[in-house]
Amino acid sequence: MKEELFASGRNIPNIDPYLNIWHWQIPLYLFLGGLAAGIIFFASYFVIRGKEKEMPTTVMWATIIAPIALVLGLGALFWDLKHKLYFWQLYTTIRLSSPMSWGAWTLMAITPFSLIWVASYMKVMIPGWSWKIKLLENYDALLNRQRKFFAWVMLILAIILGVYTGILLSAFNARPLWNTSILGPLFLVSGFSTGLATIMWMSKNKKERKVLARLDLIFIAVELFLIVHLFMGFMAGTEVSTEAARLFLGGEFTVSFWVFVVLLGLIFPAVLESLELWGYHIPVWLPPVLILFGGLMFRFVMVEAGQITRFLY
Amino acid sequence: MRYAMAIDTKKCVGCGDCVVACQTENNVPHGYCRDWIVESVDGTYPSLSLEFRSERCNHCDNSPCVRCCPTGASHIAEGGIVLVTPHECIGCGACIESCPYDARYPHPEGYVDKCTFCIHRVEKGQNPACVEVCPTQCLHFGDLDDPNSEVSLALKDRKWKVLAPEAGTKPQLYFLT
Repeated sequence: MKEELFASGRNIPNIDPYLNIWHWQIPLYLFLGGLAAGIIFFASYFVIRGKEKEMPTTVMWATIIAPIALVLGLGALFWDLKHKLYFWQLYTTIRLSSPMSWGAWTLMAITPFSLIWVASYMKVMIPGWSWKIKLLENYDALLNRQRKFFAWVMLILAIILGVYTGILLSAFNARPLWNTSILGPLFLVSGFSTGLATIMWMSKNKKERKVLARLDLIFIAVELFLIVHLFMGFMAGTEVSTEAARLFLGGEFTVSFWVFVVLLGLIFPAVLESLELWGYHIPVWLPPVLILFGGLMFRFVMVEAGQITRFLY
Repeated sequence: MRYAMAIDTKKCVGCGDCVVACQTENNVPHGYCRDWIVESVDGTYPSLSLEFRSERCNHCDNSPCVRCCPTGASHIAEGGIVLVTPHECIGCGACIESCPYDARYPHPEGYVDKCTFCIHRVEKGQNPACVEVCPTQCLHFGDLDDPNSEVSLALKDRKWKVLAPEAGTKPQLYFLT
């Protein structure tokens, strides 16, 4: 048996006995970022497919949530910084090796663009709307002419944003729970699913909701598949990986993950959505609320548990 | 030039002088530290083995903290010493998350702080404060590229290990065993 203790020094708050440097702000941001990525992705996707008329909530109304979520998320990120007045240093350099630098620049682009997206639909959403200033009217006209090009840009940015929320964590080789390349696609899929849930909740159009529910079922299935693979990878991995997985397989995060994230946040809403597609009456708000709750829980659990895992020496 | 440190675990008695010397030399805020001592006991009574390790930043050759830093505040200075520039650090915590040795901490003033191998002393040709005060002289500092440096000589005819080599960081603290 090996026992290690600090004979002198350390016992630093939030580092010992186990790391807890990132609090609620980071998982909340990862949730809001993924949700915004989902909303923007599907809005762009249906514009590219030429389905603006059939999917009005997806393309227009729900996109109002995206800039709000992004600004709130950025607020949470700023709150988390401990040297706040120096935040602008992020924008003095581009560091390709740092996922956080990628994220900072992506957010710099996608946040104002998401606001411009909403603005470009003001005339459709509010009949009689006018920008009053000629220059703005010209921009509006230009955007409406170049709608598909704009949608492609947003589609790519949304994918980068969604993947980045996972890669941010997976790039940390010191935290075995995070250090798996599945985290990028897993967070992307989960973010898209929460985005779909938000749009479904807002949509008043039965046909649109049906399309969205079908899509969401696919995303939930892929997410479950990726979660199974995540744990298969851990169990086949080195000791630090199996230690990390043990937190979820009998350890302290077992209930919060399998009951709240997987059962209540993925399987249960998937069953409800399927029942609705078969014609049963399900309250419109119920599956989206469960999916959003599951997505939020997932990020809290992953951030908290990941910080506990470490190399053993 | 490649600065490194060798720590003789057979000589270390865990007195904590290195910790105090560092805190004094570098004005480390109360309740924090840049180096620390781990007491590691292995085995079952009565066959026990004891090891003391004076640990600090490993000034890794492949440093994940420098890679993850979004602003470039964490950087590699001459001789491979990993440093943080306080006025470039935003306090995001990415480097703290990325360190397998938990060698970094958030300074109460907001930026992230860590061992500097006492670069301000090394530049003057002196040893780091911890090395200077060690009463058992179990710490050896110097340039690995110089075969006659104290650290090269210490590593020459002793067995040594590094911590968590599987993390792939190429750490530069060598523990003589």
